[in-house]
Amino acid sequence: MSEDIGKIDVSYVAHLARMHLTEAEKEKISAQLKDILAYVAKLNELDVSNVQPTAHATPLSNIFRKDEVRPSIDQTKILANAPEEARGLFIVPKIVE
Amino acid sequence: MNYEAVIGLEVHVQLKTRSKMFCGCTTEFGAPPNTQVCPVCLGYPGVLPVMNEEAVRKTILTGLMIGSEIARFSKWDRKNYFYPDMPKNYQISQYDLPLCAGGEVAIKLESGGTKRIGIIRAHLEEDVAKNIHFETTSGVDFNRAGVPLMEVVSKPDISSPEEAFAYLTALKEMLVSGGVSDCDMEKGQLRCDSNVSVRPLGQQEFGEKVEIKNMNTISGVRRALAYEVQRQTAALQRGEKISQETRRWDDEAGKTFVMRTKEYAHDYRYFPEPDLMPVTVSDEMLAAIRGRLVELPEAKRQRFIRQYGLPEYDADVLVADVALASYYERAASGLKNPKAVSNWVMTELLGKLAETKRAIEDCPVAPEYLTELVAMIDSGRISGRIAKEVFIEMFSSGKSPEVLVREKGLSQVSDTAVIEAFADEAIAKNPKSVADFRGGNEAAINFLKGQVMKLSKGKANPLLAGEILLRKLRGE
Amino acid sequence: MLHKLTIHELRAQLESGEVTAHAAAEAIFGRIGDIDSKVKAYLPWKDFDGVIAQAHAIDEAGIPRSDKLLGGVPIAIKDVINVEGDYCTCGSKILSGRTGSAHDGYHSIYDATVIKKLREAGAVIHARTNMDEFAMGSSTENSSWDVTRNPWDLERIPGGSSGGSAAAVAADEAIAALGSDTGGSIRQPASLCGCVGFKPTYGRVSRYGLVAFASSLDQIGPFTKDVEDCALMLQVLSGHDPCDSTSVPEPVPDYTQSLGKGVEGLRLGMPKEYFIDGMDREVDAAVHAAIKKLESLGAEIVEISLPHTDYAVAVYYLIATAEASANLARFDGVRYGARVAGEDVIDMYGKTRGAGFGPEVKRRILLGTYALSAGYYDAYYLRAQKVRTLIRQDFEKAFEKCDAVVTPTSPEVAFKIGEKVDDPLKMYLSDIFTISVNLAGICGVSIPCGFTSSPKLPIGLQILGKSFGEETVLRVAHAYEQATEWHKEKPNL
Ligand SMILES: [Mg+2]
Ligand SMILES: [Zn+2]
Repeated sequence: MSEDIGKIDVSYVAHLARMHLTEAEKEKISAQLKDILAYVAKLNELDVSNVQPTAHATPLSNIFRKDEVRPSIDQTKILANAPEEARGLFIVPKIVE
Repeated sequence: MNYEAVIGLEVHVQLKTRSKMFCGCTTEFGAPPNTQVCPVCLGYPGVLPVMNEEAVRKTILTGLMIGSEIARFSKWDRKNYFYPDMPKNYQISQYDLPLCAGGEVAIKLESGGTKRIGIIRAHLEEDVAKNIHFETTSGVDFNRAGVPLMEVVSKPDISSPEEAFAYLTALKEMLVSGGVSDCDMEKGQLRCDSNVSVRPLGQQEFGEKVEIKNMNTISGVRRALAYEVQRQTAALQRGEKISQETRRWDDEAGKTFVMRTKEYAHDYRYFPEPDLMPVTVSDEMLAAIRGRLVELPEAKRQRFIRQYGLPEYDADVLVADVALASYYERAASGLKNPKAVSNWVMTELLGKLAETKRAIEDCPVAPEYLTELVAMIDSGRISGRIAKEVFIEMFSSGKSPEVLVREKGLSQVSDTAVIEAFADEAIAKNPKSVADFRGGNEAAINFLKGQVMKLSKGKANPLLAGEILLRKLRGE
Repeated sequence: MLHKLTIHELRAQLESGEVTAHAAAEAIFGRIGDIDSKVKAYLPWKDFDGVIAQAHAIDEAGIPRSDKLLGGVPIAIKDVINVEGDYCTCGSKILSGRTGSAHDGYHSIYDATVIKKLREAGAVIHARTNMDEFAMGSSTENSSWDVTRNPWDLERIPGGSSGGSAAAVAADEAIAALGSDTGGSIRQPASLCGCVGFKPTYGRVSRYGLVAFASSLDQIGPFTKDVEDCALMLQVLSGHDPCDSTSVPEPVPDYTQSLGKGVEGLRLGMPKEYFIDGMDREVDAAVHAAIKKLESLGAEIVEISLPHTDYAVAVYYLIATAEASANLARFDGVRYGARVAGEDVIDMYGKTRGAGFGPEVKRRILLGTYALSAGYYDAYYLRAQKVRTLIRQDFEKAFEKCDAVVTPTSPEVAFKIGEKVDDPLKMYLSDIFTISVNLAGICGVSIPCGFTSSPKLPIGLQILGKSFGEETVLRVAHAYEQATEWHKEKPNL
């Protein structure tokens, strides 16, 4: 395992999560996450090389629906929840590509 | 120094399903914004996805068409990134266990040979919303969000813009003929990104890779790649380095431009989608999908040449359009003379369709009627000339040739006594031609035959008319 | 005094026509008016008129006198479940709108499947109980609204994250309530407040409409005043839902048939890893006494081992936070909820989420994002998924030796407000006995089994069953409850 495991660049991770943090928050959370990561490192005590990961708590597969159209939702209902809307669209600050 | 291009294409195709990938909203194109949405495809709090079986089957069908290995166990993953066109800010996609792995698409080279372009994988995911840009803001329309989207990734086996064009054309033809997608690029049903690099001819390792986005038509892809290969080659020749970046094709300007570079490299944090169970493909399911497998265009072309004795040109034209090919096959069935049907389809039928701006699907002439028409000519009931008149009537009225011929009394005259009378009249009125014939100019009989046809208003059986004239002129 | 009744007691009165749904709803609102300023089990805004109108319609339709299981019974809903037309804030500012008043915030435009089922069973839906923001917490201190108080001691926390539902039922401010359990969020507050809280098998109850925290662990379940009510609620909530791909198409048994069967012949497993040093002495004693009681009722007590118990908290905090980091990405200020303006879209996202989420949610989103990020996935997330397999296998092996497992629900009783807020790890460790159940996907209940002496605080007994072993769990819980008086004790408010 590489040696920066257990180290966390909170600014980078906060950017990935699109979440502004104040400097004070960054400092506090860094310290807390370091403790938590030190704690979860106990998982390294176990040899899991021959263990299959569990992603689901139930063994189902092939849960399909038929290709059938169901009614959509009234536009006014969904736009009522929008922080900003115009011309039937959800409005956001200009996206620069 | 000579350079060669190394091109890989990533094609996103909207599957032809009635409803979206994970909800029941319709996939219909062109509705007013945000009218084909529900809590699921809007990423509302608390909603859950349920997969559309038909989309899974169509992806597997594609895999069978391109010769992929179909995964017996396939799963879903979340691809995490923030963007306003993403309702959940993660896309449900497939990461390490796609439905289809490997395969190839054969393309025809301009030189005449064939080349096989390798496929890395084909997987299923959900489409994103559409952003519309205004002066100071952008708007988001989620109608498209959640439409089943298949991603087909090629190997970097493509070495020119022309090959890229041929690859996309072949892929599109295959997907349309298989009923997987309509691939209507104007509706955004087929979208393409490309990786391009250039390297000195003979060099083993790849050059620095540039990603090109926003190529909206197949010919746009060809233009964009031609521009980009040229740009990179020129840069290398000047001794410059190519930087790994994403560029955007501007079709109007005819140039690619660097897109705003991301502050951080992509870190999609893929992980297994806990809300969806895996797909396992049984022998029965695979057999059922295999049953839907349609003939690939190239195979069909070969069969048309073999089975119907068509020239290559005819086969090419007919096979290029799935509906046209099936029309032809219905019309040619049971006829001794399938080539004649091809002539009718290729000239008269396509001509009238073009003239009236109709698709073959809306053709007013039922293929069975065309069969009937050709059979009437073969049996001598009507002449070729009359047949053309009948065809025009068929096209405008949709009636059968049988009905039309009867209604208009167009049936060919095969009554010997009637034709003999016309022949006598023609011989009496044209002594010069008669003399020419008897003087050894055998071709002179054609003029007399024309006169018989004219006198009969085109209804005389021309073969019979020829025989009777010959007999009379020789004095038999 | 209708608010003091259990579901089955109230149903008897409704069915005979002695009382109406309207009267029951009035009684609940009366009780809320009297004491909720102290307990703060509910969000500050309460739709009295809407609920009364609902009760009225149910009376008009004659539903209370029908045989519908919940005909006319008011049920409180945790603020994490969508009820059409109602707001749903998940205890968070990001969903409660720009001004911080719930009216402005996100309004549900659909009913969760469990809400549909409650309506079909004739219940009167009265929302909404307080919770830790996005169900992240063990004390309900992480709500952006207010801190819910433990009805037994208003200086103490009610447990979490479904602290509002637990406190409401314990304080007779609700006949019964819905909660959600991702790592103990039903059982732990039920234990700390002295009521019955059931976490069904994963896939037993539809999650459609439950705002997801950790999708592979979340499950909705009931808070009730006794085990009989718990069986009734499970009956209504359970069943396959085509809208939830993880919902299991297993038939739903008649849960009331499990009641009154006794425990004779049942083997109850006592995992040695759940009786540890550092556990509250009175909790230890009460749980041992409860197990003795079950033995005296005819159960056979067998010692079992769940060897990977010690790793459960670590596995849980990696898996749950990773899933949460994606589940909570949708709160971005585009389609619903709060928005804080920014220079561009990325800035708007950052400001909205920075202002909208509280500290615990931020911490978990960061931890989860980190555990999934490039270079760390294998070391954290994948490894946690593998250890999850070992924990699941521990239970599979244990259930070869026993029919149900008995443990303390929590190693401690309700702690003081503020005691652990600055030590998240310590807070996480208070879920140590409940978390494995979610990782294994099995079912479990917490029922009252005693009190500490001073102050008098409830202690919970946890009974665990295998996947779809709800009947056995109910059978054991009911036998114990009927042989003891703990469930009849009420806080002094
Ligand atoms: Mg893709
Ligand atoms: Zn939808």
